[in-house]
Amino acid sequence: MSTVIILADFQGGVATKTTAELATVGARMGDVCAVVMAPVGQGAALAATVKQGPITSIAIVEADDFTQHGVAAVAEALAQVAQAKSAGAILVASHAFGKEVAARVAITLDSGIITDAVDVASDKVATQLIFGGSTTVHSTVTHGIPVITLRPNSVEADFTASSAATENIAVTISDRAKKSTITATQPPVKGGRPELTEASIVVSGGRGTGGDFAAVEGFADLLGAAVGASRAATDAGWYPHSHQVGQTGKTVSPQLYVACGISGAIQHRAGMQTSKTIVVVNKDPEAPLFEICDFGVVGDLFAVLPQATTAMAAQKS
Amino acid sequence: MKIAVCVKQVPDSWAEKKMIGSRLDREGVDAVLNDLDEYAVEEALRIVEAHGGNEEGGPHTVTIITMGPERATEAVRKALSMGANDAILISDSALAGSDALATSAVLAKTITDGGFDLVICGTESTDARMSVIPAMLSARLGWAQMTFASKVDVDPAASTISITRVTEAGVDSITASLPAVVSVVEKINEPRYPSFKGIMAAKKKTIESRDLATVGVSPVSAWSEVKDATLRPARSAGVIVTDSGDGGSALATFLAEKKLI
Repeated sequence: MSTVIILADFQGGVATKTTAELATVGARMGDVCAVVMAPVGQGAALAATVKQGPITSIAIVEADDFTQHGVAAVAEALAQVAQAKSAGAILVASHAFGKEVAARVAITLDSGIITDAVDVASDKVATQLIFGGSTTVHSTVTHGIPVITLRPNSVEADFTASSAATENIAVTISDRAKKSTITATQPPVKGGRPELTEASIVVSGGRGTGGDFAAVEGFADLLGAAVGASRAATDAGWYPHSHQVGQTGKTVSPQLYVACGISGAIQHRAGMQTSKTIVVVNKDPEAPLFEICDFGVVGDLFAVLPQATTAMAAQKS
Repeated sequence: MKIAVCVKQVPDSWAEKKMIGSRLDREGVDAVLNDLDEYAVEEALRIVEAHGGNEEGGPHTVTIITMGPERATEAVRKALSMGANDAILISDSALAGSDALATSAVLAKTITDGGFDLVICGTESTDARMSVIPAMLSARLGWAQMTFASKVDVDPAASTISITRVTEAGVDSITASLPAVVSVVEKINEPRYPSFKGIMAAKKKTIESRDLATVGVSPVSAWSEVKDATLRPARSAGVIVTDSGDGGSALATFLAEKKLI
């Protein structure tokens, strides 16, 4: 069996569920070696949080360059580990950082790259959902070591307890990877709500809110949901762009998606139509989103949402 | 300062897209300048305007670079009408179906030969959505990677750049010496609408066409291959009720029955 390299994913110094998902997919193709990139002296502590997933070994790479120079340094180190291990494939989480690391690794290793896979089979055929989930594509890398980024939340993770042995691997970071310097870092502002792309429930508001997101937020908070917005709402300045769901925003695929006052242009559908259950609340019975919803209420969201919120709060108590 | 802005012509993001065989059908849909690239063009213009503008014969220029079919001139004209100086369109039948690796190789060679100090891109194209070209350009050129910028400050005299990088991982302040590759997020600015004067002026601006031989890159086949593409079954509408005072309760009942609460 060849070795499959996964870049362990961390948040706040702790391995994320995504790490187990990467291991789950990687284990189909070979022995999983989880690579932990850490500042000097912190590798063992970070590696100790990698507790779940079918992982065969953990490679700790320590360098302060990772925090100082970011993507470029991490990518260079990952490429070196992959070469040292004669890797059969490299798997990275499909978020902004992961995709950029993968991009640079592909250049360094002269290898093909596939991004945003929702699954990868044992024969390294990757599945992607494109055009906002309207089309399923199967692809393979035909040159070099396949570099594949896997979308978080898309495979059922194997949470087997891992007691993989750790080893330290030394790498050399070149000046080429140190061209930009990170002078300050602030962790993401947690608004008390889950991250949009990772949430199992998303409640979104659109033009129909008229700029008042209070009903949408109240409903979202009762459900423990993330709040999204249509492009119309973000373009109007009613909600931050970082919450935009759609073609030019984020793609979400939660268990439940509740669209409030959103007509559902293709632009928006492209970002949410792979959601498991879709609920629509809109005054306009002709809103295209009603055509793909599991449950719809033709009505004013400012009447429907508070009533639903109250009814659910009563059921919960 | 010579700024290059890399843009792509894409199917209109409001249009339905489909595959023909293993490739995107680009003929049957309206093609436009990638929405997210407009922010890159705008930012380039703001940078030169902050340092005296990009008047003909001046020290600062903004050049649009794109790779695509001849038809991509339409998207390029839009960028020129916003105020960019000139454009390079790399078009070659051998590039049809090329992947991000080949695209980045062609763009990187063009950038190197053009003597640019700064490259600005959008964060991704709205068709392929890979979001890898800026990082690939940085890796190929060996230039500083300054991506996902929500704020860009350039000091041409000191030849330095600093940005605020915003991703789901947090907010970073990053500095570097030029040359650099920047990608900008859409909240960075409000792209201008081309003025009538700008549209008229754009018609006279130079769009230089180059084929692969002129660029000096040998054709390479894509290193990933689409095996099959299938349309997923369309979703059909479920239960729709009209609110007559109890719509919210009906919604709560539905969610409870589905065990979603």
